[in-house]
Amino acid sequence: MALSNSIFFEKHGVTTRDLEAYLSEALSRGGDYADLYFEYRINHSIVLEEQIIKSATKGVSLGAGVRVISGEKTGYAYSDDLNRQNILKAARTAAFIAHSSAVGGSLQIPTPLNQERNLYPVPTFPAELEIAEKIRLLQLSNEAARAYDPRIKQVQASYVDETKHILIATSDGRAAWDLQPLVRLNVMCIAEENGQRQSGYQGGGGRRALDVFTGDLDPRAIARESARQAILQLRAIDAPAGPMEVVLGPGWPGILLHEAIGHGLEADFNRKKTSAFAGLVGQKVGSELCTVVDDGTIPFRRGSLNMDDEGNPTHQTVLIEKGVLQGYLQDRLSSKLMKSPLTGNGRRQSYDHIPLPRMTNTFMMSGDSAPEDIIKSVTKGLYAVHFGGGQVDITSGKFVFTASEAYLIENGQITAPVKGATLIGDGPTVLRQVTAVGNDLKLDQGVGICGKEGQTIPVSVGLPTIKIREITVGGTEK
Amino acid sequence: MTHSLEDITQQVIDRAKKSGATAADVMIREDNTFSVTVRIAEIETLKEAISRSLMLRVFVGQRTATSHTSDISGPVVERLVNETVEMARLTSEDESGGLPEPAFFQNRFADLNLLDPSWESLTPDERISLAVRTEKAAFETDKTITNSEGASFEYARSRVALANTAGFSGEYEGTTAALVCIPIAKSNSSMQRDYWMSAGRHRWQLEAPEEIGKKAAGRAIRRLGARKIPTCQVPIVFDPLSARSLLNHVFEAVSGSAIYRRSSFLVDQIGETVASSHVTIVDDARMPGGLGSSPFDDEGIPAQTTPIIERGVLRNYLQCAYTARKLGARPTGNGSRAASGVVTIGPTNFHLKAGTYAPDEIIRSVETGLYVVELIGFGVNMVTGDYSRGAVGIWIENGEFKYPVQEVTIAGNLRDMLRNIEMVGNDVTFVGSIAAPTLKIGKMVISGA
Repeated sequence: MALSNSIFFEKHGVTTRDLEAYLSEALSRGGDYADLYFEYRINHSIVLEEQIIKSATKGVSLGAGVRVISGEKTGYAYSDDLNRQNILKAARTAAFIAHSSAVGGSLQIPTPLNQERNLYPVPTFPAELEIAEKIRLLQLSNEAARAYDPRIKQVQASYVDETKHILIATSDGRAAWDLQPLVRLNVMCIAEENGQRQSGYQGGGGRRALDVFTGDLDPRAIARESARQAILQLRAIDAPAGPMEVVLGPGWPGILLHEAIGHGLEADFNRKKTSAFAGLVGQKVGSELCTVVDDGTIPFRRGSLNMDDEGNPTHQTVLIEKGVLQGYLQDRLSSKLMKSPLTGNGRRQSYDHIPLPRMTNTFMMSGDSAPEDIIKSVTKGLYAVHFGGGQVDITSGKFVFTASEAYLIENGQITAPVKGATLIGDGPTVLRQVTAVGNDLKLDQGVGICGKEGQTIPVSVGLPTIKIREITVGGTEK
Repeated sequence: MTHSLEDITQQVIDRAKKSGATAADVMIREDNTFSVTVRIAEIETLKEAISRSLMLRVFVGQRTATSHTSDISGPVVERLVNETVEMARLTSEDESGGLPEPAFFQNRFADLNLLDPSWESLTPDERISLAVRTEKAAFETDKTITNSEGASFEYARSRVALANTAGFSGEYEGTTAALVCIPIAKSNSSMQRDYWMSAGRHRWQLEAPEEIGKKAAGRAIRRLGARKIPTCQVPIVFDPLSARSLLNHVFEAVSGSAIYRRSSFLVDQIGETVASSHVTIVDDARMPGGLGSSPFDDEGIPAQTTPIIERGVLRNYLQCAYTARKLGARPTGNGSRAASGVVTIGPTNFHLKAGTYAPDEIIRSVETGLYVVELIGFGVNMVTGDYSRGAVGIWIENGEFKYPVQEVTIAGNLRDMLRNIEMVGNDVTFVGSIAAPTLKIGKMVISGA
């Protein structure tokens, strides 16, 4: 993985000397640190709707971002091409914030990192694959969803892929590049019966090529699951209102951890003391059953990265161990200012964005309980197995998320399905209320999109079956 | 880059025709942006850039494909045009596909007063100081304001050029700016964040920095000590920022794309009463100086004013050329190009018209109820109208604010919520292209302790 093998050196004529020139321009007003982020990204997206291939889209994005840090200040600028003069101009613009800094920054010549690990080896990158093969996935899912039940009246299936080349060079002497594949298939179904309409949704993917779409991720399996959810909702009853015991199913319900805990543990919010978790390292924030991990190193996973968007290798970071808070997710800036080790969580949407501490694949480790026993132990509660989206207020710690498939539990039995139940709770206390953790950890199927400060990035979440003593369910039935 | 945007759009159109496209349109956007965030009186981030994007749509008969690129240099675009035409050949025939009918295009455009050149005379230091003053005002409001997520000033000067093979060609330019403040209030037991912002195209449209900082601080402070309340059913008052999210749901529900997919709770209801008689909603692309105004939409359809709901009666859905053909309607000038280049439905200035009540009067009319200041989560089902979102607010008793409330949800169904709008405030607040005044809804279920 020598720098000269990156597309920027091979096809766009970037040289090591250029990198030095740009970094040196960026530090010309005395910043402490500067880095360069080159990106060349190719996207495809194809949509099937009303039984036809409605549209196909290709996107090409090429540019370079320059960041200068001076104390706690960050200057950022970018160029929409790799023209030398434009990148130098961006470097001068980014340097603006350093004008009051007295000390001049020093430049170490960027040398390539040893990059042996590849978490996503693929024979062919999605950008190179035939459009016809991708269209075939959509057709298979459309047929399978409609064949599932005649009440499925509409199927909207979409395929998206991304092939992203990045190159990073830093003034503290590091240079590295990566090539990242990403594919995803989503199927949305609408079921209709007696004038009632309900929707179902399922997707899957990962950092692979089209070979990811087998087994549970076979387009037909994804489609049938989407159809099943839509049909199920036709007989769902209104959600209850008020506090109750809640069991979360394994896999995608891990979005609760992501929202309620994960965001609050991103280092920037804790450095600025705006998170409800600020200052709690070493303290008990959850029951002893809870161990929470962010792991960017799982092969082929949607949230995995060989290196983060600041050129640092990703890690497995234990955030909470047996209920005790261990640390935060760091990017370079927060790690310096908090004097904490890097965790490889500096991520950005693209070259026109500043890196921020972000999650990768975030999940809770398995416990000892059998999932059946957890359900049996509940007299009256809610069993939530599939979710729409969620959101958190970092400062107050309150989070909300919506179950798109949930059931009542009555006397240890799963009974009626309920419509879109919203769960609302408090991040810093929800883990204290975990009273059972199943032995069935599962990661989601590879569809997570996380938003922060206007930047979206791919992530994964995971969870074993867990029981929470009390969460407020926001339905309409008192 | 010596060519004007219009020259480039013309070249791309010509190239598409040569590659075998039977029709095509292309849009180029160029944004000159400056943004600064100040936190605790120091610059935290400063970002400045010129960015371009080219969005192309081609038709080969009634098959279509789109593409987009940030790199508008000749060879890259030429290759992309060819690839887009090739992709179009692989998609399906769609009888509703195609550019808008030529009869809809005009070549004279209304001057909507979108540009304020005086922004350019502000130096970077003056722009930074707008954010500094805003945050300072928040800190000076009260000693409980002990921290901040910062104050930001964002400015963009944007040019848009659009051309198609039917002979349409147009270009416009506009400025937008926003000043936002996010202070944090802290007491012994509670930490709360809130925000206030002001946005506009012209300098005079922005509230003074001191005003914004003070309002933001007031909003954060009044949330201190927030508690849960028991599950109940009461009237709900939405402040203009939270009411804006309700208008966003209505916008989605009247979008032609949701209608032809039958994935909206407002499908098949033109001419029917869908809201209380106090509700009048319009989408007005012609509002002078409006944040969502533009002389033509992203397909070249001229700006128009579209009544959506008039005194409770549903009048129109919003259409682009494609959805209009699907639904046998006329385009309403709401074609909007996503970053991917695909045309979808977008709002222009989509707002609920002001009523006669001052916000205070609305609050005073409530015996017991909740004044909502923030909504979180995504618990809205557009197909059924089922609604359940997390809410933060202030409890009202006998027409007066009593204490702040959090960790509750409010739930109902959008159909009922629209019909139960009992009072409409006179305080429509534009901070984007969707806006609303203070609204009172007769009753909803609050789920809490």
